[in-house]
Amino acid sequence: MPVAANPPNLAITTLEDFRFGLCPKPVVCGRGVEIGTGNVVPEVNFTLSPIDINESTWSEIRSEYQEMIEGVCERAVDLEVPALLVEFETLPPMTVRPEWGAQITQLLADTLEKHFQKHGLISALRLTPNDTRDHIRPPLMRRGEYWDGMLDLFQRAPDCGADLLAIESTGGKEVCDEALMTGDLRTVVFALGVLAARDMEFLWGEIVRTCHGTKTIPSGDTACGFANTAMVLAEQKMIPKVFAAIVRVASVPRDLVAYRMGAKGPSKDCAYEGPYVKAIAGVPISMEGRTSACAHLSHVGNIAQAVCDCWSNESVQNLRLLSANAPTVSMEQLAYDCRLMNVANSHSSEDARRLRNLLVESDARSDPQAYVLDPAVVLKISKKIIQEESPYLQTRTAAHAAIEVLKEATDSEELRLSTREKKWLDRLEKEMESLPESEEELIEEMLSSDIAKKFIPGEYGITA
Amino acid sequence: MADMQQLYDAVLNGDANLARSVTEKAIEDGFPPKDLLDSYMIPAMDEVGRLFEEDEYFVPELLISARAMKSALEILRPLLAEGGVEPVGKVAIGTVKGDLHDIGKNLVAAMLEGGGFEVIDLGVDVGPEKFIAAVKEKGVQVVAMSALLTTTMPSMKTTLQEIQAAGIRDQVKVMVGGAPVTERYASEIGADAYSDNASAAVTIARSFVNG
Repeated sequence: MPVAANPPNLAITTLEDFRFGLCPKPVVCGRGVEIGTGNVVPEVNFTLSPIDINESTWSEIRSEYQEMIEGVCERAVDLEVPALLVEFETLPPMTVRPEWGAQITQLLADTLEKHFQKHGLISALRLTPNDTRDHIRPPLMRRGEYWDGMLDLFQRAPDCGADLLAIESTGGKEVCDEALMTGDLRTVVFALGVLAARDMEFLWGEIVRTCHGTKTIPSGDTACGFANTAMVLAEQKMIPKVFAAIVRVASVPRDLVAYRMGAKGPSKDCAYEGPYVKAIAGVPISMEGRTSACAHLSHVGNIAQAVCDCWSNESVQNLRLLSANAPTVSMEQLAYDCRLMNVANSHSSEDARRLRNLLVESDARSDPQAYVLDPAVVLKISKKIIQEESPYLQTRTAAHAAIEVLKEATDSEELRLSTREKKWLDRLEKEMESLPESEEELIEEMLSSDIAKKFIPGEYGITA
Repeated sequence: MADMQQLYDAVLNGDANLARSVTEKAIEDGFPPKDLLDSYMIPAMDEVGRLFEEDEYFVPELLISARAMKSALEILRPLLAEGGVEPVGKVAIGTVKGDLHDIGKNLVAAMLEGGGFEVIDLGVDVGPEKFIAAVKEKGVQVVAMSALLTTTMPSMKTTLQEIQAAGIRDQVKVMVGGAPVTERYASEIGADAYSDNASAAVTIARSFVNG
C-alpha cells in the first residue's frame, strides 16, 4: 500500500538556489512570522529542570514556564529580533493529560501576544505533542488511550494559541531500536521505508484534517527517534558513524510522506535530514547544530546551519548560568547566529553562499554524518530518491546512494574514516545488496522472523 | 573431541551457530558444563567487553557476541541447574517510571546475560513496586535502574526510598545509569553505584555478588 509518489523534479535544483532563509514554499504564521522569505528565524525550545510532574507540582511548573518565556521574550526584544518562533514540546504527562499540555500552550501564547502588543515582537508558537503511542510495546498506532490523548491535544491546538502543530512521530521505532543496536540495516530499511512511512500517512492525514479551517498550520515531523538515536549512539561510539549517516539519509522518504499529506513546514528542528526535505519538497526547514549542544552533542554543528530557514537550540533545561537562565542564553546565541545569516542574505546572494560554503567546509570532511548534509551531496542523492515511486524503494535507494557517496568520498580522501568505520561501510554495502525489489517480499520475510513479535501488522495497514 | 578454543572464538566473533554446535559436541564429549562457562564463554565475553572499552568493537559486535553466548547458554542452563550450579547472580533491570527509553537498558541487560547473570528485565516505565517485587519474590541481588530524561531521574530516588521503606534495602545493591545520570547524582540519592557504560556495569554487578 505505497503512498503517493514524490513530484518528478526537485523543488531546488541548483546549488545557487540552495541557501539559508529562502525556500520555494515559504510559510507565514502567528503574528506575521515569515519563514523562508529571506530572514532566518530563531526557534527557541526550553524544558523544565528536574521535577516530578503531578497535581502537587503543577503550579510550580506553570511558574517555571512563565519565567522561561518571559526571559526569552525580553531578550528577543532587547536584541531586536525581527521574528521569533517558540517551540513547546510537551513532556509525556502533558500529552497523556492533554488539558495540561493545552494550559502551558495557552500560557506561552498569551505571553507572546503580550510582548507583541507591548513591544511589537513578531512571534509564533509551535506546539509539539509527544508521540505517546510508544508507551506500550508493541504499540497501538491508530487506537487506544494514548492515541486518544494525542488526538485530543491536536484538536485543542488551535484554541489554545498554537500557530504551528508538529510531532516527533515514532511509527516503526519499536522495530528500529534493536536494529540500530545490532547494525542491522535491512531491518532499519523495513522500519523506516515500510512501517514508518505507513504510519506517517495515517498520522499526518489526521493532523492535516485537524488543522484544516483553523489558524494552526500543520508544520512538520522528524526522524528523531530513528536517525537522531543513531547519531547519539554514534556520538557515544556505540555504533559506527557511517551507519548513523546512512540511517540519516534513509529516513528522508519517511519524512517526505508528511509533506505529501499536506504538512507545510517548517520541519522539526531536530530533523537533521531537513536539507533533503527542503530540496525535494521545497518547504522551509528548521535546523539545529552547535546551538543544540545543550541537549546533545554532534559532529554537524556548523553544516546543519547551511540551508536552514529556522535556527534552533533543540531544547535547553532551565538552569541558572552566570549571565541568565539557560533559555535566555539560548535565545541570545540563536539571535546572533540569525543576525549574521540575515546580514549575509541582505548584502548579496554571493555573500550568503560564501557563508553557507564556510559552514559546510568547516564540518563536511571530518565526519560521514556531516558529509551527507553537504548541500551538493544532498542534491545528488535527492535526485536519486525521487526517481523511485514507493517509500520503500525510495528508502532502499537513499541508503544505497548514501553508501555509494561515502565510499567515493573515502576513496578520494575527501572524507576521513577510521579503519573500523571503513570495514563497516563494506559490511553495510553487502547487506544492502540482498534487499528485495518488492516491499511485499520484505514484509513477508519480516513477518516470518522474530521481528514480527515487535509490531502489530494491522496497526500499519498490513494484512498478516 | 570438541575444540574448546572454537567455543571461545565463536563467542568472541559472534557466531551463534558455531557456539551452539561446539557446546553440544563438548557436552557429548563429557566436558563439565561449568568449565565451558567459566573457562571459555565468560572469558570470551570479558574479551569482548575489553575490545568495546578500547574502541575496537562497536555495540553491534558486542551484542552479536552476547547472542552467541546466550545461544550456547540455552544448552548449558538446564545442565547447570541439574548440577546445582547457580548463575553468577540475579539482576532486576528496568527503565524507571515515566521513562520509555530502553536502548541503554537493553544493552546493559544483554551484557549482564553475557556475563553469566540471570537477568529479570522489567521493561520500561517501571514503578518502584515492580523493583520491590523482584527483590522479594525473585531474590535478585542487584537492581539496575536506567533513565534518559532529566524529568524522570527523580523516579530513581523515589524507587530507592520505596525500597528502603519496604525494609529490603540491605538485601539488594542498586546501580543506576543513563545519559543525564551522574556519579554525583547516584551518590546523592543513595545508590550503591553508577555506571556510564554497559561493560563497566557487568564489572560492578560482579563486584556486588562477589562481595
